[in-house]
Amino acid sequence: MAMKVEHEMHQRRKGRNIGVFLLLFGLIGIVFGLTVVKVLGLSDIRQLERFDHVARPQLEPGALEAAEERAAERAATAPQNEEASN
Amino acid sequence: MTDATNHTQTQDAQMGDYFALMKPRVMQLVVFTALVGLLVAPVGVNPFVGFVAILCIAVGAGASGALNMWWDADIDAVMKRTVNRPIPSGAVQPGEALGIGLALSFFAVILLFLATNALAAGLLAFTIFFYAVIYSMWLKRSTPQNIVIGGAAGAFPPMIGWAVATGGISIESVLMFALIFMWTPPHFWALALFVKSDYGDANVPMLTETHGRKATRNHILGYCVPLVVVALWLGFTSVGGPFYLAVAVALNLWFLKGCYDIWTRTDADSDADNHAVEKHTFKVSLYYLFGHFTALLIEALLRAYGLTAWAGW
Repeated sequence: MAMKVEHEMHQRRKGRNIGVFLLLFGLIGIVFGLTVVKVLGLSDIRQLERFDHVARPQLEPGALEAAEERAAERAATAPQNEEASN
Repeated sequence: MTDATNHTQTQDAQMGDYFALMKPRVMQLVVFTALVGLLVAPVGVNPFVGFVAILCIAVGAGASGALNMWWDADIDAVMKRTVNRPIPSGAVQPGEALGIGLALSFFAVILLFLATNALAAGLLAFTIFFYAVIYSMWLKRSTPQNIVIGGAAGAFPPMIGWAVATGGISIESVLMFALIFMWTPPHFWALALFVKSDYGDANVPMLTETHGRKATRNHILGYCVPLVVVALWLGFTSVGGPFYLAVAVALNLWFLKGCYDIWTRTDADSDADNHAVEKHTFKVSLYYLFGHFTALLIEALLRAYGLTAWAGW
């Protein structure tokens, strides 16, 4: 047997219910839209991983650049170390 | 039994009744002035963020309107102009208006903070507090200067719009605030001169009731003079320009003439022509504010397309 709404209250409050639905749907749309705009507006997409309540030193500004510099230094000094060991 | 009574109620409030709680006509002015404040700012805003910011300002203004209607339900029921508002007409319960006002205030401020910045959200929160508490609960029934100080609540929107874009306060936003702030008294007192009996019936101490109509006419002209100074001063800031100044000069001459005419009239003159000059000046005051902010917007467009350079501005 199909479920049927019989109470007149549903008809009476139809306009309000549709209004509340549209308002809540609109709120979801606003929060989603703001999220998209804020994420696309980030200067560095790695910032998306910030604010997760866990310390992430690698995400600090300049961390990647510093790591790349250290890697370059190691690469530059590696041949000298190899020669010294030979 | 109370629940059963409520369930069989045939006159439920509809969305339109709740919307009317938010004073949509006042919201139009708030939205327009806030939008101008945002668009004339020297810093661009993402269109979606701008849309959300204006929506938050509108909802915040509407929420303060709902709180005002909740508090003023007793006097709204007495005045002809307000007797059909949702609470005195019985469409909305006072508790519903309070709940809607508080909830929407909270949502609007928090969302504006998340979307833009703390200053804009703080200004919106202060505006709601100012209108609902300082004006509605305190000043409105206690002093004939109620609308002078209370007018600040209506003057904040362009400042909030500017803060949304720039994150700060500057002379331009303060002058836009001052323009609405100084415009409010002559605008409302012109109205009070031809709906005088309403405020008296509700025991609201409007200037016309406490100090008489002659004093009100003096005050209208007295506030109009500094209003002219503020309006023209705005033309010499970064948001002004030759177009704005030309419009401002014309509008200020028009409004100043209306205020001067009100000042020179006696009550007998006013009664004889059914307050024609007062009604006309009230209408001019609406064009006045709309005209100034439209001129600011057009000036910003002209500046964006480099069309004010010819004037050496």
